Amino acid sequence: MTRFIIQRTAQMVVVLFCISIFTFLIFQVIPNGNPALRLAGQAATPQTIAAIERQWGFDKPIYVQYLDTMQKILTGSVISYSQQINVLDQIKRGLPATISLAGGAAVIWLLFGMALGTLSALRAGRFSDRVLAVLSLVGISMPSFVVATVALYLLAYKVHVFPLSGYVSLAQDPWQWFLHLVLPWFSLSIIYVGFYSRVLRSNMLDTLAEDYVRTATAKGLSRRRVIVGHVLRASLIPLMSLWGLDFAGVIGGGAILVEVVFNLNGVGQYAAESIQTLDVPPILVIVMYGAFLVVVLSAMIDVLYVVLDPRVRLTA
Amino acid sequence: MAINQSQPAERLPRAGGVGPLLLDDIVVDDVVPGIGHYRLAARRLRRDRTALLFGLLFILIVVACLLAPVYSHDIARIGPNVNNVTGTIKVDGHTVDVVSPDGIPVGPTWHARYFFGADTNGRDVAVRLLYGGRTSLAIGFMAAAITMIFGVAAGLAAGFYRGALDAVLARLLDIIWAYPAVLLGVAIGTSLALGGLKIGPLTIEGNSIFIPAFLIGFVYIPYVAKPIRGQVLALREKEFVDAARGLGCGSVRIMVREILPNLSSTIVVFVPLIVAGAILLEASLSFLGAGVQPPNASWGTMIQSGLPLLTTSPQLVLVPGGMLVLAVLGVNVFGEGVRDALDPKSQIRLGR
Repeated sequence: MTRFIIQRTAQMVVVLFCISIFTFLIFQVIPNGNPALRLAGQAATPQTIAAIERQWGFDKPIYVQYLDTMQKILTGSVISYSQQINVLDQIKRGLPATISLAGGAAVIWLLFGMALGTLSALRAGRFSDRVLAVLSLVGISMPSFVVATVALYLLAYKVHVFPLSGYVSLAQDPWQWFLHLVLPWFSLSIIYVGFYSRVLRSNMLDTLAEDYVRTATAKGLSRRRVIVGHVLRASLIPLMSLWGLDFAGVIGGGAILVEVVFNLNGVGQYAAESIQTLDVPPILVIVMYGAFLVVVLSAMIDVLYVVLDPRVRLTA
Repeated sequence: MAINQSQPAERLPRAGGVGPLLLDDIVVDDVVPGIGHYRLAARRLRRDRTALLFGLLFILIVVACLLAPVYSHDIARIGPNVNNVTGTIKVDGHTVDVVSPDGIPVGPTWHARYFFGADTNGRDVAVRLLYGGRTSLAIGFMAAAITMIFGVAAGLAAGFYRGALDAVLARLLDIIWAYPAVLLGVAIGTSLALGGLKIGPLTIEGNSIFIPAFLIGFVYIPYVAKPIRGQVLALREKEFVDAARGLGCGSVRIMVREILPNLSSTIVVFVPLIVAGAILLEASLSFLGAGVQPPNASWGTMIQSGLPLLTTSPQLVLVPGGMLVLAVLGVNVFGEGVRDALDPKSQIRLGR
């Protein structure tokens, strides 16, 4: 076990290192124009450009630039091109909105996915199962930003059920916080609900055919206890690892589209605005943090998986 | 799936006890012995009305988008990038500004001209919808082709050679896989849209549609390569591989002639999944400004430019959004039917 954890951690560190290089190279090696030219503005003399290049370190060799950038990212002192403000402060400001959005949506898609998946597994082959199968296919065909715009138009503009957009912090007004997030939560969840219900359905159908389920029924357990205590419990393990990764993916950047539509001012929207102004440092930092989060969480899930399911072979 | 034909006749229940039982007498579900895998699948797919209907829907959308120049030239009589801010049109006998003095474009006229209304530049939304569809679908197909070629090749090589090559490829795939798909697309898309791409003599402009196609194809490679690798690991231990090796076949020949055909079901099942995913990712990236660049239109860019006018001119978002969902739904339902027909127990899906 300890050996497995050490192996997995070492592997994680290697991947993290490679990701940091890869992300850095995306913005460096690919010819994307001299950032000094954009920083200097239009009426810049060659002297100003040279001065800016020196000041920002664009004239240094690439590996020095990489080390500088990594040092700045790890100490949180990256400065953006456009307004020259600290990127980490901006990210911290957007974090509550992003976490509220991702956390709420993750709970919603897990609960709905579990309910619908269980229902269609227990009714497998019947009419309600087929209806749910079609609905889940519709769900996975709808990109979050299309759902978000339609929901915004119908439920906030046409019928004033929900506020139009924006984010209200939880500490300020919990009820408004909730109201402002209902539409974003569901817009973000729909695609995952469709996906999770299908995954759980096939997992449960496999588990239902297991011998120990028949044993549980044979020893006189009620159907409800067999389903909840044995079938659902065993089927949920693979789903939970999927859930952790998707949650990390959403926090690390998947929520970007919904944040933009609902103007939530989260981390994702900050990234989107930086794309519009071609401001590279915030995009670089957000992409790197997002990927880091996925890698670290997936390592943690692997370890947890072994704890939960002793049958898993211990090789990294 | 297929009945084991080598099963001795004695072990089968005898019908009437006279003469050996013919295998044709046993029908397990719809598995008829002597029929090939793909003919069986085609037979099952033919019976799946829903899948065929949605497949047809997708084909109709593709044909409509291919006919975009015809619609533009002969019916709407306006090009996809022709601005008409000051023009007027006649709707039910009234003369209406294409774009009102307040900057609000005309809504759907349900006539040949401006069928779905105009956008803020006075461009015909229906014409742009079809031209945008060409871009979106072309990117979807190109990206899927790139993903399948590289994903299958990487999975095949990693699973077959194992060892150091596998370790290197697996780490590379892990790295791509670790990025949330939208985020990686955004990062590469922004970078490439700024400067274009130069590979040796080949130069691609920053606003070419090949850039989103390449990067979307790239992003999905691990989602295909990982499952393929797993299958190859199992297949390479099979007797027929030993037999081929015994006959003196080289590694490449074994991979291409012996193992690849056994992966065909998986590959066929993956194609619609990747096409649907690629169309969705293209729309998401274009919506964020990191995908298709102007003057090209795509469903994603149309939604993006229509969003600020959602309250006054909802058609600018609802029309391309609806088309996007219909196209992806068509691919998904048809792909589901193909999967059920080819391999009902298959667990293939696109996701982490």
